[in-house]
Amino acid sequence: MNALSSRGALADQAGAGPDTDIDTMPALELCALSKRYTLGGGLFKRGRALQAVSEVSLAIPRGQVMGLVGESGCGKSTLAKMLLGLATPSAGEVRVDGRPLGDAGQKALARHIQPIFQDPYSSLNPRKRVAAIVELPLRVHGIGTPRERAQRVAETLDLVGLPQRAAAQFPGQLSGGQRQRVAIARALIMRPDIVICDEPTSALDVSVQAQILNLLLDLKQEFGLTYLFISHDLAVVEHLVDRVAVMYLGRIVEEGSRKQIFAAPRHPYTQALLASALTPEPGLGVPDIGLGDVMPDPSNPPSGCAFHPRCPKAQALCRESRPTLTAETTGVSRAACHFASA
Amino acid sequence: MPLLDVQDLRVDLPVEAGTLHAVRGIDLSVERGEMLCLVGESGCGKSMTSLALMGLLPRRARLSAGRLDFDGESLTALSERRRGQLRGRRMAMIFQEPMTALNPAYTLGNQLCEAFLRHRLGNRRQARERAIELLERVGISAAAERLAQYPHQLSGGLRQRVMIAMALMCDPDLIIADEPTTALDVTIQAQILRLLRDLQQEMGTAVIFITHDLGVVARIADRVAVMYAGEVIETALTQALYANPSHPYTRGLLSCIPAPGKTPPGSRLQAIPGVVPSLVGEVEGCAFRNRCPLVREGEVDAARCEHTPELRRLTGDHQARCHYAEHRAATRVAQPELSP
Repeated sequence: MNALSSRGALADQAGAGPDTDIDTMPALELCALSKRYTLGGGLFKRGRALQAVSEVSLAIPRGQVMGLVGESGCGKSTLAKMLLGLATPSAGEVRVDGRPLGDAGQKALARHIQPIFQDPYSSLNPRKRVAAIVELPLRVHGIGTPRERAQRVAETLDLVGLPQRAAAQFPGQLSGGQRQRVAIARALIMRPDIVICDEPTSALDVSVQAQILNLLLDLKQEFGLTYLFISHDLAVVEHLVDRVAVMYLGRIVEEGSRKQIFAAPRHPYTQALLASALTPEPGLGVPDIGLGDVMPDPSNPPSGCAFHPRCPKAQALCRESRPTLTAETTGVSRAACHFASA
Repeated sequence: MPLLDVQDLRVDLPVEAGTLHAVRGIDLSVERGEMLCLVGESGCGKSMTSLALMGLLPRRARLSAGRLDFDGESLTALSERRRGQLRGRRMAMIFQEPMTALNPAYTLGNQLCEAFLRHRLGNRRQARERAIELLERVGISAAAERLAQYPHQLSGGLRQRVMIAMALMCDPDLIIADEPTTALDVTIQAQILRLLRDLQQEMGTAVIFITHDLGVVARIADRVAVMYAGEVIETALTQALYANPSHPYTRGLLSCIPAPGKTPPGSRLQAIPGVVPSLVGEVEGCAFRNRCPLVREGEVDAARCEHTPELRRLTGDHQARCHYAEHRAATRVAQPELSP
């Protein structure tokens, strides 16, 4: 399904009205977003450039979950940082409800987009009580009286399934799952529209992971939240998301609906990623995915298609020209590969 | 005779609040050439078990064992000197984080050859030849030049390959691998696991593979031991364990990972509510009963679970530490809860 027809479908659902335009607009839109860092260098020496993110364009419809997968160093976290206003894009822009983020201040941004980070052990101040941690965003924004804020903290703790007594505790007194609930409460107290989940369960044990994933799904339902869900765990991504974007060395190499990506991946890298996910099925052994394990240097990316040194399908063309992210026909994912599977 | 025969292994650690019983009476046996996976969540005692087997426990830890035999020889009776002769030579270890396990100040060649030379298995030239041969075997190109490199010059996947080569240098009988692929990306993980499995079968080395990932276990293990709160709560051949998980905790673990094609996307996952009991002080009764769906739903007589269950034989090699391991209604879907 292409972007136009999906918008049409949404517009039909929303009905014709003065607000239709806003309803059909993606909640979050990334337009040719790039981030370049300079490594090393000094007063008289030029540093090397590292292109962490290159021309990433994505649109996440309201109330949907976009999964972002890729290996370490592919630029997922840099992308998240730009969305949160923690890094300034070198080029391109982020739009929330059609409005460029660059125009909004950091504070205005925080009302719309909130993060949940990977490690609940390092993302919470160990010397503050839970109530103070969760209340902080309200104080920063000068919302409510102390009493109203306390009320809102109590409601939010309840919402994420924490007992009220947790309010007076320190993060060190809580389990990993409870800490991640505190991080979720802190993200939600501003009633954001968009939540950036950066590996929210990868530091947790599987039995706790299931609780947190259930909570994230419930909250999405209840508040119509839009998630960008960054993860390396493909089973979790498949469970949670509506759409998937696969990143390799700073670029999106494939993007499509969950079904398209998981049932009919077109890019060889997506295919390798899916093949290397080890599902709990005994007797299948470990697959031979046929990739080299030499990760290219992001500050000196390979010519042409950045994946070609590891790609089992690579040909001369792949070394020379970089494929664009396209879908040749409707009903398939967009893939950046000269030899993408049909 | 099994290569490793462990009975009633216990590890206690003194902590501020008393004694932490990190390992509470484990029985394990590993046959020659076998891949045994120890699986469990954080704090279940799997890493302490591996350190106890290697003789690498922290100094303040207290170890006791009814039996701790390696190839017919009791490890507890050995002098530290004799133990040191086994370690690296006949038992080797692969750690999770190759960057911290490799010494950044020494070349790869230096570190690869160290154990070989220390155990007097040959001279420098022979050590170097074996190192090159093994680096090539683990898929590292230009092996001879690599010997002069330092760990930081390699990627994570290559470092873990070097660790595997290093563990194999002295042709050990047993390798203990503690979460060796957890820090790696999935595509690299698949390649390293495949390599480890191939080498293990080719060289007939026994491996104790420690992990929290049931997907990895399913694909590489011959036999599995599931740990919870310092005990082995279920052990079986891999096929049998996945086909017929008999401890409620094992069943819970298997059902809380979304299974592609089985779990409908976006549906509620089964969770195991509650938390692991504190292992400081004595744990009375079944350690899982406060989280057990059988107890919570009144399917079984909870009073019986106040008594510590034994690890008992169900069929053949399949053992479980549960009074109600045969209770089949337990396969019913447990209601997930929000609050831990």
